[in-house]
Amino acid sequence: MSQSDAHIVILGAGHAGGTAAALLRQYGHTGLITLVGEEPVPPYQRPPLSKAWLKGEADADSLALKPLEFYAENNIDFRPNVRAEKLARSDKTVTLSNGETVSYDVLIIATGMRPIRLPIEGADLGGVLTLRSAADAEAIKAALGPGKRLVIVGGGYIGLEVAASARALGAEAIVLEREARILARSACEPLSNFFRDYHISRGVEFVLGAGVSGFIGEGGHVTGVRLADGRVIACDVVLLGVGATPNDEIARDAGLECARGIVVNLEARTADPSVFAIGDVTHRPMPHYDRMFGPESVPSALEQAKQAASAITGRAAPAPEVPWNWSDQYDLKLQIAGLPFDADRVLLRGDPATAKFAVFHLKGDQVQAVEAINSPPEFMMGKQLIANRKPVNLERLADTSVSMKEVAA
Amino acid sequence: MAKITYIEHDGTEHVIDVKNGLTVMEGAVKNNVPGIDADCGGACACATCHVYVDAAWQDKTGSTSAMEDSMLDFAENVEPNSRLSCQIKVSDALDGLVVRMPESQH
Repeated sequence: MSQSDAHIVILGAGHAGGTAAALLRQYGHTGLITLVGEEPVPPYQRPPLSKAWLKGEADADSLALKPLEFYAENNIDFRPNVRAEKLARSDKTVTLSNGETVSYDVLIIATGMRPIRLPIEGADLGGVLTLRSAADAEAIKAALGPGKRLVIVGGGYIGLEVAASARALGAEAIVLEREARILARSACEPLSNFFRDYHISRGVEFVLGAGVSGFIGEGGHVTGVRLADGRVIACDVVLLGVGATPNDEIARDAGLECARGIVVNLEARTADPSVFAIGDVTHRPMPHYDRMFGPESVPSALEQAKQAASAITGRAAPAPEVPWNWSDQYDLKLQIAGLPFDADRVLLRGDPATAKFAVFHLKGDQVQAVEAINSPPEFMMGKQLIANRKPVNLERLADTSVSMKEVAA
Repeated sequence: MAKITYIEHDGTEHVIDVKNGLTVMEGAVKNNVPGIDADCGGACACATCHVYVDAAWQDKTGSTSAMEDSMLDFAENVEPNSRLSCQIKVSDALDGLVVRMPESQH
């Protein structure tokens, strides 16, 4: 069997798995592709779930990466409502949750992450929700509306995006954050303060330094959140936005190396040459930062889908991309390029009071990362500066009268 | 419905019937046309759905927003007829539209 006739099995039909299947066809793979997904629908975009979906501006069709017919038309055996339970690498088979055993020549694990559910009293009450899937988003949407009280546990990007959507729907939103500031893990202090103030001006309440000790309910449905200091915050619905954990058990159990996720190389390949892993489930090399990391983002999933599909079809490896991500809240567009690893200074360009500014993270005079609010030039040029490691003049970078093109010249 | 011709950098043509209300980007992505990556799914955040609009169609595809202009200003291989295809809504008026993809998205 030549490589182009190989049966490729993809575990996980999210953004990563769906993109890999489509790219394999674009790159000329002719053998059967089996795409195994736990959800009832074909792969779709998750980022709009916390935004357009909640506001009723997107539906299953508009978010689908490809229409359902695409899979049959392209000899992709899409298998919904089923997940892989066991990987036997010695005989190259996967056992599915319906009892079936599937053989593969090449396996791509794209099982993503699952939201963390806090192991505290009342966490299993009705109305204590998480957000990962369209079904999750639908449950949140159904619980929101004018006058409803939503408590969000965790001041991260998902929580803040849902808070903005909840306000647009006329619901109250209260964000509980364990740390002294929101976005403590993912953004610098000027940016987290900016987001806090912007949300407060739109009616969102924050309780910072708040430990959650449990959820209380009536008739099996949540009615309040109990804080560690004894306070109870009444609510109609709770969103847990406290992070996610990789669905890497199938690889761990099969003896593949895992850190926080499945360890892969720049081809998205594991130590087993027949097994690839892509997307949020991976712990991957970050070439611009000389380290391993799991960026948990759509762009990283797409990049790895390209890496794996290229390696499998014998196509030249794609050039390494600068990691990036974005978040939309109200009329704010946040674009982040790079990761603030090894940065020794933070530089502000522009005035947060104008809701148009950027925060640069520098190592000496090299840009490591930029967080840009309503500032595409800072994002786009920052991304290029990270890619080419070109030193910048810090005084000019801080001076908005000097354009980003001039800064980078 | 509009018949749209997408031309890859190497000259390969894809003629696709795209439903009204979708964007030119969605018409390509949902039909697996190579060369339009659209990493951000249409949020005008990434400039990976860059196309060149054939001269005859520039008026009909409308004008650019400040955000689109700003993103395009920093994209690769930008020409006066460059657009982000996620920002062009399809309608009957675009029946026959021809767009070309830049080399950087090859």
